[in-house]
Amino acid sequence: MKFIKFFIVGILFGIILSKAEVISWFRIYEMFKFQSFHMYGVIGSAVVLGILIIQLFKKGILKNKDGEQIIIPPKKNAFKANLFGGIIFGLGWALVGACPGPMFILLGRGVLAILIIVFGALLGAFVYHGVKKWMPN
Amino acid sequence: MIEFFLQPWPWYVAGPLITLVMFLLFYFGKTFGVSSNLETICAIGGAGKFNSYFKLDWRKNTWNLIFVFGAIIGGFISYQWLTPNEVIALNPQTIQDLSEIGIKNAGQSYLPAEIFSLDALFSLKGILVLLLGGFLVGFGTRYAGGCTSGHAIVGLSNLEIPSLIAVIGFFVGGLIMTWVFIPIIF
Repeated sequence: MKFIKFFIVGILFGIILSKAEVISWFRIYEMFKFQSFHMYGVIGSAVVLGILIIQLFKKGILKNKDGEQIIIPPKKNAFKANLFGGIIFGLGWALVGACPGPMFILLGRGVLAILIIVFGALLGAFVYHGVKKWMPN
Repeated sequence: MIEFFLQPWPWYVAGPLITLVMFLLFYFGKTFGVSSNLETICAIGGAGKFNSYFKLDWRKNTWNLIFVFGAIIGGFISYQWLTPNEVIALNPQTIQDLSEIGIKNAGQSYLPAEIFSLDALFSLKGILVLLLGGFLVGFGTRYAGGCTSGHAIVGLSNLEIPSLIAVIGFFVGGLIMTWVFIPIIF
């Protein structure tokens, strides 16, 4: 039962991204064509508010449910991996119009094609760990 | 209220609500990030037989799998009951640009039939596009160390330079695909 809260937050996440059309291939295409502010507004407002929230956590004004200060694991600082990995990710994101969150949310619509995308993503993650020792970091 | 719920939600509602999701996960002692689930699922699927990296103790990520399962259900709920009309108010220029590269009825539903319909799926080109797109996302996100949630939302909110570099990468890749490759592929 201790996991039910994550299930509920997940449902919330799925509904938000669906209702805001973030899971739509068309919205991603429109974003990369700079023809709408919508996606920039979604990500931008989430980040601006996110900066504020994280500062409140860091200053100890907000605490987690156990009253402790939160620790955010730092991202790996590897310029080439961040950049090249990011570019590869972006190529796929624009092609199928779905990053990992929306990919799973779209599964809930019962579209068979999404299953192929998820399979491709699993394969991609699997292959990355097979070849990572040769990848620039 | 119900009326508002059934309309498409504007960015200034969706963005802060995404921050709320991030906040709730922090509050429950976790960090928002969807793409690490790809590795967890590989590990559960037996990828450890091929690569010892996947012999990880995936049980510590159970909460995140449950979160993703919730997201799938959220997608289902929204599709079934909360979105009576899936017409998207796209920029007319976008609709015209897509029509010129052979993608018709842009914005009449969430997903273009040219990529996601069964007809597309059962063509060689169609299935290759889906597999390749998914592969690039999965490979790229693990190489970069995060996706839109982990890097763009949490990483940027935490003012992390690696996340800024990754997000610049997301855009470089996305712009190349959209402006150069998509017109060739379709």
